Amino acid sequence: MAEQNKRIIKDGAIIADDWLLLRPNVGALADTLPGDVSIPAGKVIVPLAAWLAQKEALAARADIGVWLASDERPEALKDDLARLPLIAVDFPKFSDGRGYSIAFLLRERLGYAGELRAIGDVLRDQLFYLARVGFNAFDVRADRKLEDALAGLTDFSVRYQTSSDEKAPLFRRVQRHGAAQ
Amino acid sequence: MYRYDQYDQTIVDERVAQFRDQVRRRLADELTEEEFRPLRLQNGLYHQRHAYMLRIAIPYGLLSATQLRTLAQIAREHDRGYGHFTTRQNIQFNWVKLEETPAILERLAGVQMHAIQTSGNCIRNITSDQYAGVAADEIVDPRPYAEILRQWSTFQPEFAFLPRKFKFAINGAQEDRAVTAAHDIGLTVIKNETGEVGFRVMVGGGLGRTPIIGSVIREFLPWPHVMTYLEAVIRVYNQYGRRDNMYKARIKILVKAIGSEEFAQEVEQEWQHLKDGPGTLTIEELQRVAAHFTAPAYETLSDNDAAIAQLQQENKAFANWLARNVKPHRIPGYRAVVLSLKKPGVPPGDISAEQMETVATLAERYSFGELRVTHEQNLVLADVRQRDLFELWQQVKAAGLATPNIGLLTDIVCCPGGDYCALANAKSIPIALAITERFDNLDYLHDIGEIELNLSGCINACAHHHVGNIGILGVDKDGSEWYQVSLGGSQGNQTTIGKIIGPAFSAEQMPDVVERLVEVYLRERNDEEKFIDTVRRLGIEPFKAQVYGTPIEPKAIKVGEPTRG
Repeated sequence: MAEQNKRIIKDGAIIADDWLLLRPNVGALADTLPGDVSIPAGKVIVPLAAWLAQKEALAARADIGVWLASDERPEALKDDLARLPLIAVDFPKFSDGRGYSIAFLLRERLGYAGELRAIGDVLRDQLFYLARVGFNAFDVRADRKLEDALAGLTDFSVRYQTSSDEKAPLFRRVQRHGAAQ
Repeated sequence: MYRYDQYDQTIVDERVAQFRDQVRRRLADELTEEEFRPLRLQNGLYHQRHAYMLRIAIPYGLLSATQLRTLAQIAREHDRGYGHFTTRQNIQFNWVKLEETPAILERLAGVQMHAIQTSGNCIRNITSDQYAGVAADEIVDPRPYAEILRQWSTFQPEFAFLPRKFKFAINGAQEDRAVTAAHDIGLTVIKNETGEVGFRVMVGGGLGRTPIIGSVIREFLPWPHVMTYLEAVIRVYNQYGRRDNMYKARIKILVKAIGSEEFAQEVEQEWQHLKDGPGTLTIEELQRVAAHFTAPAYETLSDNDAAIAQLQQENKAFANWLARNVKPHRIPGYRAVVLSLKKPGVPPGDISAEQMETVATLAERYSFGELRVTHEQNLVLADVRQRDLFELWQQVKAAGLATPNIGLLTDIVCCPGGDYCALANAKSIPIALAITERFDNLDYLHDIGEIELNLSGCINACAHHHVGNIGILGVDKDGSEWYQVSLGGSQGNQTTIGKIIGPAFSAEQMPDVVERLVEVYLRERNDEEKFIDTVRRLGIEPFKAQVYGTPIEPKAIKVGEPTRG
């Protein structure tokens, strides 16, 4: 089931990725109850429901990540953040913007410091925004070139407002002067 | 007005580069149309019936003469020699080629303009009072706050893909001239008992399919908190606004569903995490931005120019123009002058490249090189010396911009409608032109007095028909175009949603329908009573009786002829 030679963008670089993403709505898992989803050995990103149902068994493993759907709440993981090396947030469509607030809250409100990965319909033109709210890893849609997507991270050099990446707005970071004539 | 510093300029330049590459990828088929659509919309580029339409932001309606000249050049080189001012104080070009948009944006960036977030499900251009800074009834000049919020909302990363579009309006005067109650967020800048400046915050107003007047969720928000508080509002909306049905996705539906008190509490809880944090506005930044909006070098003048008073006596056409198109100013000897874009025979809000150049020159000559766009789709020279009015009038008249109809029946607010817009159910411009033609007698028009007539070609209500004293909505019935009429809507401090009077009419009946409504008013009005006041006093029944009492013969109007734009 694991994809061969899979790569993602992480911390501004293209790297090999060995995490397996378990999606319950795919194939045989579709009708399985969260408690019954079988979690293979190795590094696995499990759906939130499966994590909550099997937490006791999974807690002993250091190679489990959890992914949130766009309508799930980040607070559901608030007691687990310290032991999760990876949390992923799904973008069913890139225009579903809930994942941005989920990421912001995970980082800024709940203090999550591990890998925060955008999965699903993740495309180049959203990478700048995604990085700003706290994502540091991007599982770009499989039909797109990672090399192209990487450029999306640097579309803008100026950030007016606070977010996860900038703790202060531009006017507190720099001395702004009058008109540039 | 606000001038970019290096940071503002950099972000706009980088946007041009980003969009140029997005267009390149679309043309090379590296982006599908479905993927490109939200990207181009966030840059104001729509695909319409005939061509692309580019909507350019005019932040809070403020323009310099130089910027207007650039718009004139764009109109000539990339459109058919025209531009169209919108009800959100922006300008649209209706005949743009996709391949040319990067060049247009580059040209705009050269004069500190852009098309950022003029469409899409994000925070849109912020609108404001066209008389900001000059109005006699102003409490606080809203423009510095509007600019600060423009910067805050520009590429705000978390709120680029909201459930639906998100519109701010900000007003700082006694009279609400920004339709704040019909916006997702309506801010009123006020002072509290101790003289401290802050905002009354309304949320959840909007027109469209479900017209709702906004609810006040905070009576007084001290100014330093404006950004953190709005961040809390929009974060709540981004998480809980509906995404399953685009017709129920605006914040008004969420506020209505959970109640404005519950919504206010949710916002309050979220805000507690942000309040007094680094997102708080500083006095230094407020002063830096406000320094761009200081008063121009006004002369000390008498407020009663004898020569102008004399000309007013002698020249009826000039007197009509003074009565309708010249507005009070807080400085003695100065006036704000409205240039009418509602000339009979011309689509409301349309302006030619030549007219733009003339207006730019007049702005430089008579109004410190600046002008404003109104949400009623007219232009304003805000700082004209009273003694220059006659001279100015002659030039404005020669340019075809002196129709003395501001606030009158023919000052129709009208969307582009079915002639251009892919969303429209019906045409709107030909109906507006036919009504204007019917009321071509100026004495009659002035006798009727103030009436706001708003005409939208579909339920999205770009022409704000719900708040028109007479609101006209184009609807589709079995493949043909019909017009539903509502009565009693109003903007301002008593914003109300009009009531539908009954079954819809054909385009050909509409001039008669409006005429019958006016007849009832003329028959029933008390002295000095405006149309809206008569409607409020009598209700819609007598109007209904007159309109539906006898059949209306359809009279041919020029529908379907190509209109410019």
